[in-house]
Amino acid sequence: MKKVSRFLIAGAMLMLFLFSACQKGQTATQEPRTLTVLTHDSFAISEAIITRFEEENNVQVDFILSGDAGSALNKIILTKDAPLGDVFYGTDNTFLSRALDADIFEPYASPLLEKISDPFKLDAENRALPVDYGDVCINYDKNYFATTGLAIPQSLDDLLSPEYNGLLVVENPAISSPGLAFLLATIAQYGEDGYLAYWQQLKDNGLVVVNDWNTAYYTNFSASSGKGPQPMAVSYATSPAVEVMYAAEPMEEAPTASIIGKNTCFRQIEFVGILKNTPNRDLAEKFIDYMLSVPFQEDIPMNMFMFPVNSDAQLPEEFTKYMQIPDSPAMLPYAEISTSRDAWIEAWQEVVLK
Amino acid sequence: MHLTRRQTFFLLGLIPILFLICFYVLPLGVIFQKAFSGLSSQILSGDLWQKIGSPLFFTLKQAGLSVFLTILVGFPLAYGFSHFEFKGKKVFYTAVTLPFILPTVVVAAAFNSLVGSSGWLNLFLMQVFHLAAPPIQILNTLTIILVAHIFYNTSVFVRVVGAAWAQLEIEQEQAASTLGASAWKRFWLITLPLLKQSIISALLMVFLFDFTSFGVILLLGGPTFNTLEVEIYQQTTQLLNLTLAGILSVIQMAITFLISWFLLHDARTGGMVTFLPDIKNERLRKPANGKERVFLIALLSFLVFFFVLPEFSLFFRSLVTIDTHGALKFTVRFYQELFQNTRGTLFYISPLTAFKNSFLYALTTMLIAGILGTIAAYGLLHFRKTKLLQVMVILPLGTSSVTLGLGFLLTFTGVPFFQKVPQVLVPIAHTLVALPVVINTLFPAFSAIPENLRNAAANLGASPFQILKKIDLPLIRRPLLVGAMYAFILSLGEFGATSFLTRPEYPTMPIAIYRYINMPGAVNYGQAMAMACLLLIVCAASMLLMEYFFEKEKRT
Amino acid sequence: MKEPCLELKAVQKDYEGTSLLAGIDLMLQEQETLCLLGPSGSGKSTLLRILAGLENADTGSILWKGKDITALPVEKRNFGLMFQDYALFPHMSVAENIAFGPRMHGWKEDAIRRRVEQTLTIVRMEKFSERRVVDLSGGEKQRVALARTIAPNPALLMLDEPLGALDKALRDELGQVLREILNELQIPTIYVTHDQEEAFTVGDSVAVLNFGKILQIGRPESIYSTPASLWIAGFLGFTNQLPAKMIGVNPARVSTDLGEFILSGDLQPSLKVTDDLILIIRPEQVRPVNRSAGHNQITGTVHDSQFRGDGYRLALELANGSVFHFRDTMRRELGKKLTLEIPQSACLVYPAHEKNDHYY
Repeated sequence: MKKVSRFLIAGAMLMLFLFSACQKGQTATQEPRTLTVLTHDSFAISEAIITRFEEENNVQVDFILSGDAGSALNKIILTKDAPLGDVFYGTDNTFLSRALDADIFEPYASPLLEKISDPFKLDAENRALPVDYGDVCINYDKNYFATTGLAIPQSLDDLLSPEYNGLLVVENPAISSPGLAFLLATIAQYGEDGYLAYWQQLKDNGLVVVNDWNTAYYTNFSASSGKGPQPMAVSYATSPAVEVMYAAEPMEEAPTASIIGKNTCFRQIEFVGILKNTPNRDLAEKFIDYMLSVPFQEDIPMNMFMFPVNSDAQLPEEFTKYMQIPDSPAMLPYAEISTSRDAWIEAWQEVVLK
Repeated sequence: MHLTRRQTFFLLGLIPILFLICFYVLPLGVIFQKAFSGLSSQILSGDLWQKIGSPLFFTLKQAGLSVFLTILVGFPLAYGFSHFEFKGKKVFYTAVTLPFILPTVVVAAAFNSLVGSSGWLNLFLMQVFHLAAPPIQILNTLTIILVAHIFYNTSVFVRVVGAAWAQLEIEQEQAASTLGASAWKRFWLITLPLLKQSIISALLMVFLFDFTSFGVILLLGGPTFNTLEVEIYQQTTQLLNLTLAGILSVIQMAITFLISWFLLHDARTGGMVTFLPDIKNERLRKPANGKERVFLIALLSFLVFFFVLPEFSLFFRSLVTIDTHGALKFTVRFYQELFQNTRGTLFYISPLTAFKNSFLYALTTMLIAGILGTIAAYGLLHFRKTKLLQVMVILPLGTSSVTLGLGFLLTFTGVPFFQKVPQVLVPIAHTLVALPVVINTLFPAFSAIPENLRNAAANLGASPFQILKKIDLPLIRRPLLVGAMYAFILSLGEFGATSFLTRPEYPTMPIAIYRYINMPGAVNYGQAMAMACLLLIVCAASMLLMEYFFEKEKRT
Repeated sequence: MKEPCLELKAVQKDYEGTSLLAGIDLMLQEQETLCLLGPSGSGKSTLLRILAGLENADTGSILWKGKDITALPVEKRNFGLMFQDYALFPHMSVAENIAFGPRMHGWKEDAIRRRVEQTLTIVRMEKFSERRVVDLSGGEKQRVALARTIAPNPALLMLDEPLGALDKALRDELGQVLREILNELQIPTIYVTHDQEEAFTVGDSVAVLNFGKILQIGRPESIYSTPASLWIAGFLGFTNQLPAKMIGVNPARVSTDLGEFILSGDLQPSLKVTDDLILIIRPEQVRPVNRSAGHNQITGTVHDSQFRGDGYRLALELANGSVFHFRDTMRRELGKKLTLEIPQSACLVYPAHEKNDHYY
């Protein structure tokens, strides 16, 4: 049948195309080495930054983005016998001890660590090195509070006040990373014994829970393009600045802002590490040094909307102008987080979702 | 060596079986081996059954309800499309099918802009009836889950059942009417039983799509609704409890097996139902009287309201900005932005690249699934344990994609070939889902062909391949088109496996949508909507083109 | 004359510009079996479908026992229609197929059961009650289809080419069975066929149909003895045709290449001397003779001789090159000269222009 054979030929050509397309990168004059960096979906950086590293070291950097922070880490743990890459970037302090317990990293004391202030350096053995940090905060819709004349809540306690009934949307900590961060903030504030009572009250005050950041921000949050019903949503401290950067019409000031009271925000620190038994240890070290160096660090804010840990790195104007940095974000010891996280989440689900 | 017809197709049937062993059984084996190596009696305590019971019950409940409602919506549509000629029919048909490819975030956005608390429908109703609160509040309820499932899967039912209905001989129904059967009795006692095969395959597919539904439950249903698939996702990616995830996956597969076993009966009763060759539709006509015209208008109004309006709202969202005061402004900026890497980011996805990748993946999937599916469906006729095999090829559709994806990762990422060309895993993974759809669409058609036709051809000296080519394929062209089309659009809209298996160098259109909508900012949101609209356009154009070539080939 | 039970008045139907039925008037008496005889495409199936209610006539009306049923929906008519390829329900057993009609008419279960047994007996299929219809042979299917059609006691029975799908032997056997059954049933029946032999054996009367018109209606004998037109004569299988010219009236005489023929009395009065005609010679009364006369004789050489059980079918090559067929009681040597006598009653004449008529 003519049609079938035509299909077969087309198919064969397609396959050839797919195969040849992937070989393009490997035909440089002097065969470059390949460094594979595993990371999460939210990883982003300027092309020029990576090209520079590739040219300086005659290396090709391959990135594998594998799901959110939790999924990416789990994949690496499950494949640690046959590692998928050389470097893993993107485990944060909420998942750090799972990574360390699973023994996936080789220690590396980068000389650039001295540029990083001590509170970021959680792992004394330097298996996981801090790269950037950010705060998960409650964002609010400035316009809503301005037009209703409602006072902006300043603390977690304020949120229990009846005038904020039904105005807050949070993410499910069992699914979402900012959701978990906010849960941890409440635990930092009220302690393991008190946080559930707080959530019970929040729930009684019309708390809205959705599964992920996407829904919270674009379906429920009133200040986003989705024009949802809640004027307060758990997002990031950087979100107001990003709103300005990606506004449809140029803006003088951000349409949203963060509530930056005591323990209303939770600080996430992201780490990088060299995966055990990599054959490219030398390249991996170079890449980590590069990630901690000023050019890379200064590129982070505009791409990932996180803050650099290197104290020499300058923040872009958008960040200094349009957003607030919390003075006293909540933190919890990472070891404690990893031992209790599942239990905290389960208890939270019992109280809030049932 | 000279092979008989039976031997030839037995051997040919081994190809899809080998495919399934390599890319389904093997990765599942690897993941289950890992999951159950740490299995202890401790985990099988009473607590476990509590953990399983509630998601299991809800999964079955929502899937059952969704299927029931999909039939309710699908039957009139299948009737309308197979019986009436009207203007713009192809466009309407395409509009019903389009939701199938939309990523859940996009559907969530579309629903939100219509029935969200400040959605247009609510605003409209509030204005008209002077209401203080939005009257439609279905986000994060069971209702929206059901609505989304109908929105997604009705087309599967309409296309599969509609195609069979159009080709069903009309004489039996006419005979029934001369024997005194009213229209309702005719439908109930004659049409329905004769369409049973197709209805069952359509139902089974719709059920399994709903049964393993993930995005709809997660994004639209919200945190209070927990299905097996969502639970597997949580256990695997967040809690790293592979054992529990494994148990849940096995339960999911067991239910899939049982339901398929129960629904599919041995369909090798060749020639029982006479289908007209291709689409010589005796039923097709213009609406003849007022009653039929009213029915058709009602049907199309519903279709426009339920299917076209959400799609239209996406286009609308991609072309307007809304300021803080709710004022609308028309703009094409989101489309322009798509084509610019404004911030020089490494993972910038140009729409053309995304289109190229999506299209190539979809085309490859269509080819692999089309060819393997045809062979498999045809081979099934020649196996003795048909029913068992029929059920086995359905299983991938009812298998957790999280589990299977992890199995893929653990099994294939270490293989040098796949390390070198990881992108071939994408169409392979898509084929796993598309294959049951293709087989399930083709098998009833194959088994409706009287075996005597093949015998006659063999008697005239046709080889088994010639028989397939000259007798079977021309007779099953319409179901083959339906199957191939679904393989194509399944791949085009697929997000989970693609993001799991592909490298950032080979992004697809759904991946681009997710990339944009994961960042705050009106432009990011707008670009996600714009990309979704491009995806809709690509999908609609592909489907219409396929139809066009199909019709053209038929005429010549 | 008795009131007809069925009456069609000027029934007309077009389809996409072509006329399927060009005004049909028809009457059917109680207990009469009417055969609609015509080639395929003549409109007979359309007429049947309109009668059954499966299609609507564009104009005209249908009366049943004096009541207009033109707009009555098909399921309310209780006219039994047996489909050409039977249209048995493949998902039901033989008994379920037959029970379908009575069930639709709301019969009681035991009445239905009795009726199924009864109809199975009528069609001599008692043992097949539980069979699946897909497992039946062609002849068995035909009988089940008949049983299903008569089961709900239809007021009118319509059979669409009931023997059409069967082989010759089965046709003869089942044709016989069918005739007996129709005689037993005493239901007014319309029987559609393209086979004249079938029509003549089954029908009390026969209507010859072509191009959506009834060309001739009457008892089988009268249609056979005097076909109303050249086309009908041809359709009935009278192939022995000669061009002729009228040379005299009273007695009517025609001349042909093969000599003169004197015809019997009742001719179409419009025929005049010098008219161009077609002479048709019906073969059954033709006899070989030894003497020669001046007229009503043809001579030729034996061209073919086939044994047909009850006699021989002979082909005679005539002087003008055409071939003449007739029946004979004995074998004739090939090449032998033979003279045939043509009785006046075997001769039919039609105006030659009919050959050019649009419906020839």
